[in-house]
Amino acid sequence: MIWIIGVGGSFGALLRYLIGAFINKKSKGTFPLGTWIINLTGSLLLGLLAKLHITNQIQDWVWFMFGIGFCGAFTTFSTFSNETVKLLLEKQFKIAFIYVISSVFISVAAAAIVFFI
Amino acid sequence: MNILLVMIGGFFGAITRYGIGEWVHINNGFPLGTFFINLTGSLVLGWLLTFISQRRKAMKRLSLFVGTGFLGSFTTFSTFSVETIYLIVNKDYFLAIIYVLLSVTLGLVFAFLGYKLATLNNKEKVDVL
Repeated sequence: MIWIIGVGGSFGALLRYLIGAFINKKSKGTFPLGTWIINLTGSLLLGLLAKLHITNQIQDWVWFMFGIGFCGAFTTFSTFSNETVKLLLEKQFKIAFIYVISSVFISVAAAAIVFFI
Repeated sequence: MNILLVMIGGFFGAITRYGIGEWVHINNGFPLGTFFINLTGSLVLGWLLTFISQRRKAMKRLSLFVGTGFLGSFTTFSTFSVETIYLIVNKDYFLAIIYVLLSVTLGLVFAFLGYKLATLNNKEKVDVL
């Protein structure tokens, strides 16, 4: 089972790398839009998978590969915290504040919406 | 080559996250595993990015393997979101608030500590990331 998590994780990391690079190339502002979108969409997908897993609508390997492996690796907390510290060090306090508050609230809300529907 | 480094790092990051999550069990509903993972990952990434930025582009591959691959995959935002929802579902509202506030504030503190650790012996101000 642990290898399945690793395979999901390797594709999650790859997609995060590709999407992050693509969005950062497109967006010109200081707001870390790439990580923001990745954490939001990954939370949404994990909320859906968690619901399907708890209600036994998907098999265990699907949860391990796409939930724990892919979604877990696709989304990231370490980049989120380091990007915020970078904004704070650059004295971009307003953007840092908006980044943290919107990441947490919108990601949790997105996961909650699909989880409760 | 870059893609392979990110994927191999991501492979081991996800497995390590699962291993630690299994090892550090949820205590009284508080998701201690993810909490520990996200804080240590923030600390090490803060250190790594600053350490590498001082050494220019020579370490780009290390950054992709350990930073983008392993640590990015090791730490997780989606599990953090879903665990917060589980706490709310279980009516542990206080724990949910504590979990979110502590994860975010301590995550920033640990990332900053990592940055500071990497700049300890360097009086020049360096850019993070």
